[in-house]
Amino acid sequence: MRYSGLQVLAQGLTGNRGWRPAWRDPAPKDEYDIVIIGGGGHGLSTAYYLAREHGLTNIAVLEKGYLGGGNVGRNTTIVRANYQLEGNSQFYSHSLKLWEGLEADLNYNVMHSQRGLINLFHSDGQRDAFVRRGNMMINQGDDAILLDREGCRKLLPYLDYEQTRFPIYGGLYHPRGGTARHDAVAWGYARGADRRGVDLIQQCEVTGIDIVGGRVTGLQTSRGAIRAKKVGIVVAGRSSQVAAMAGMRLPIESHVLQAFVTEGLKPVIDHVISYGMGHFYISQSDKGGLVFGGDLDFYASYAARGNLPMAEHVAEAGMSLMPMIGKARTLRSWGGIMDMSPDGSPIIDRTDIEGLYLNCGWCYGGFKAVPGSGHCFAHLMATDRPHPAAERYRLDRFATGHGLMDEEGTGSQHNLH
Amino acid sequence: MQIPCPLCGLRDSREFTCKGDAVTLDRPAADAPAGDWHAYLHLRDNPAGPTRELWYHGGGCGAWLVVMRNTATHAVSGAVLASEARHAG
Repeated sequence: MRYSGLQVLAQGLTGNRGWRPAWRDPAPKDEYDIVIIGGGGHGLSTAYYLAREHGLTNIAVLEKGYLGGGNVGRNTTIVRANYQLEGNSQFYSHSLKLWEGLEADLNYNVMHSQRGLINLFHSDGQRDAFVRRGNMMINQGDDAILLDREGCRKLLPYLDYEQTRFPIYGGLYHPRGGTARHDAVAWGYARGADRRGVDLIQQCEVTGIDIVGGRVTGLQTSRGAIRAKKVGIVVAGRSSQVAAMAGMRLPIESHVLQAFVTEGLKPVIDHVISYGMGHFYISQSDKGGLVFGGDLDFYASYAARGNLPMAEHVAEAGMSLMPMIGKARTLRSWGGIMDMSPDGSPIIDRTDIEGLYLNCGWCYGGFKAVPGSGHCFAHLMATDRPHPAAERYRLDRFATGHGLMDEEGTGSQHNLH
Repeated sequence: MQIPCPLCGLRDSREFTCKGDAVTLDRPAADAPAGDWHAYLHLRDNPAGPTRELWYHGGGCGAWLVVMRNTATHAVSGAVLASEARHAG
């Protein structure tokens, strides 16, 4: 069923009895051309673009839980293309362009809102760094505007400009940045893939990867064996466990990143704001909740929940930036399991096993990458050549040292990003 | 989360900094092949369950500890001085 305003009207006038499930619930077949492990944002978008761009439809997506139950449903929904390093810059630019056409492409309202993102800076040195970043974004063809203190004050009158510890010198404004409805992104891609014939198989856990003579031949799952010519691993925080089934040891550590949402409030924050004194970012959802987050807890975790010290730090950072939010009550907090790579940049590559492909290392930035990641991974799996926008996301860069993308300049080691 | 420091007793995790997997205690020889250094620096088992990690008690005695912790539950089951863990092999 194609969604449209007319459809809403017609269904509304006939008691909404005509709506159908947005995707099927098929049993796994014995064999597929391509199997994607992981029914999150990246896995579903990979399946969608395999079908849409490459005409491949004998595809299954295997998900051990339910579709979109991982990080795509556990983030702060920010979409942006403000990276500076060669490799990252063109990839996120590519992804943002896909976002901008996504709703029409999917025939699904993902509530993509380009409300603008402002990265605040608080010293002369930080301003210089953001001028440089802004120029690199402009050179990439994206948008960046340097705001001085008064420019910030016009857009964000409610910040505490008088504080002495972290005075606001200005901000780098990225007008095309914004947010999207996180679950809807997973659902939109799921529906789009299903409509093109992809089997989305939930409650199906992969328990083994069959490899014969250096080539992948299929998978063992909780719902039986499935033969496959090609297999893509797109499982974020669980990458190490799934790759271990193929005898691989990855340059990945899984960490917890917390996020928080308050009760619904009247509109107060129009943009996405990030605080330059540390790690704090905030936006307001369409339901009115203030959605905000900070840094990792900085220890390995699969618990999908964090501890109090980081929750306190995030609340303190928020209060020092915008004291007006102090009376808002935090409704929920949660944690996502981040697949942290040593240099803080992702991996989209083949493996040493023929027919086995890897997509991981998204650290705490995977949500905005969902369209670009799926698009580039589909290209790699279908053609065996990397997509130009993702050709630097090589697995071997850690072994060789060539092409490390350390966006923060802190070093290519675990626990530094 | 609390960590039982062998010198200071049970202390709040705020006093500590986590360095990461305790495999970093097993430093390759200076002339080891590049592949050994790659594995040492980058590759991790990344277990979902019991693990051994290096924690630094910067807000306390200043000791480096090997902490036994479960990454799936955050339960801490013990800690020893890193110098003793290394001697124990």
